[in-house]
Amino acid sequence: MIDGTATDAPAGPSVVRPARRRRRLLIGLAVGLAGLAAAVLLSLVFGSRVVSWDEVVGGVLAPDPNSFAEQAVATRVPRTALAILVGGALGLSGAVMQGITRNPLADPGLLGVNAGSALAVVLGISVLSIDSTGEYIWFAQAGAAGAALLVYAVGSIGRAGATPLKLAIAGAATSAALASLVSAVLLVRTDVFNVFRFWQVGGVGGADFGEMAPVLPFLGLGLVLALLSSRGLDVLALGDDVARGLGGRVGPARVLAGLAAVLLSAGAVAIAGPIGFVGLVVPHAARVFTGPGHRWLLPYSALLGAVLLVAADVVGRVINRPADVPVGIMTAVVGAPFFIWLIRRAKVREL
Amino acid sequence: MTVHRSLVTEALTVGYDDRVVVQELTLAIPAGRISVIVGANACGKSTLLRAMARLLPPRSGAVLLDGRSIAERPTREVAKILGLLPQTPVAPDDIAVADLVARGRYPHRSFLRPWTQEDEAAVAEALRMTDVLDLADRSVDELSGGQRQRVWIAMALAQGTDVLLLDEPTTFLDVAHQIEVLDLLTDLNRQKGTTIVMVLHDLNLAARYADELFAVKDGRLYLSGAPADVVTAPMVRDVFGMDARIVADDVSGTPLVLPIGRHHSRV
Repeated sequence: MIDGTATDAPAGPSVVRPARRRRRLLIGLAVGLAGLAAAVLLSLVFGSRVVSWDEVVGGVLAPDPNSFAEQAVATRVPRTALAILVGGALGLSGAVMQGITRNPLADPGLLGVNAGSALAVVLGISVLSIDSTGEYIWFAQAGAAGAALLVYAVGSIGRAGATPLKLAIAGAATSAALASLVSAVLLVRTDVFNVFRFWQVGGVGGADFGEMAPVLPFLGLGLVLALLSSRGLDVLALGDDVARGLGGRVGPARVLAGLAAVLLSAGAVAIAGPIGFVGLVVPHAARVFTGPGHRWLLPYSALLGAVLLVAADVVGRVINRPADVPVGIMTAVVGAPFFIWLIRRAKVREL
Repeated sequence: MTVHRSLVTEALTVGYDDRVVVQELTLAIPAGRISVIVGANACGKSTLLRAMARLLPPRSGAVLLDGRSIAERPTREVAKILGLLPQTPVAPDDIAVADLVARGRYPHRSFLRPWTQEDEAAVAEALRMTDVLDLADRSVDELSGGQRQRVWIAMALAQGTDVLLLDEPTTFLDVAHQIEVLDLLTDLNRQKGTTIVMVLHDLNLAARYADELFAVKDGRLYLSGAPADVVTAPMVRDVFGMDARIVADDVSGTPLVLPIGRHHSRV
């Protein structure tokens, strides 16, 4: 048994945490924070109406009811806050799902979670006539949890239990099945379709703080659980056999991380609709700075997710002025080339 | 230093679905020695090893570590005593060698207990012993097969266990690297007293490196003992279904199996 103590520890720099790696983490943090600051500033300045610096300050601190510009800025504050929340939640849940499934293409869309939320919300709209975020959130959470359980149950069938590959296949199949159920409801109910389609494209446009409030506890709990699961995800990344050999409890670790991912993505979906690409792309960008360890990967994914979504929302506002292009479309427009660049730059990092 | 642990299977029966793979198998692993499990393909030797590492629950019987059923002990506690290297472990892509080895410290850490000097020392020593210290900063993806296997062994060493189970640690390696890995494990056994249990395919290497050899046939223990006593022509015929001549290995003094195929039989 290796019995190292403080006295015989090697002097000098650490083998495990060399300075170079720390520098890369710091660069990533600087890039992320600077990007977030820039994106937030742009988000307050740009819109269908361009405003001056004084008006931005006035609009954020104490909007003058007689100034259209300051009023416009004031509506951009909750919108920006929402984009930060949703982007952070999606980036984080994507990183967690990629960790659970050891699949670099996993995201809330792949594992059936978004489709589950969508189906539950559609049923809520059509049967119970729900129409506010405070109601959507419960349906979205229930649908996401139901889909996740279904995917996990189907993926666990057979000898080796819930392997990453089987989870991904079960998730894709479940997504497809649930999406066609959503279509089935919408086809016969145009009234539902009209409510649903705005929600479904994915947008942060109509944000106000009152709508966001009911989602916050879900996102907060999801954040805490995700950060708690980082050690478990690190050990799962070595494969189930090694993980168990190291004393990891594979099932509970997956369940804890899965719960975190469901809370985060369903929270984001409830408030902004299913927004694609953020959960898929952001963890790969974060890994450039953090490497595969989840202790840093998870917070960096949240940070970069927020940057991406705020930036995508700004671009969506100016690209077709004075109309808004919903952010769910912009993430695909911004995310797809970025993802192709990532794949070309190096093979997609496996986990 | 290493504590000698007793690792025993008692009438161990293991299976998948409705197929029984290991049947009422009883054996005792000698502490502080190198034990090698041999047998034909699909005889249950890997399943036996996986059950001994608590990866598979026994259908009946038990695996006892220090006299207590391994299934009933907290898995984290077991992980401080008994380490496992599966046949083809997967490394996260682009992980640095030192980071992978550091993950071997998992059972010694917790959410509230950060990285300590002791963890650092264990990782550094594991890297040194396996001669991969110079590679510490490299990505595991860039390494050759032999280097990669040494890194995985380093990870198992960093775990700091008294018993180490390895499932075919020489698979996919050329002969020079097979010897290198087996020499490294022997060093570990001699220098630290670590009890080593491994499944090997190559009967001649098994005879060279084993202190105790376990021959498994159809999920049952056929014969066990010192290689000179176990490796005999009748054993090879019964266990592997092959005729062979056994001669003395000039290099090591252990038995050497010369297989007799249909085209070469100048007996």
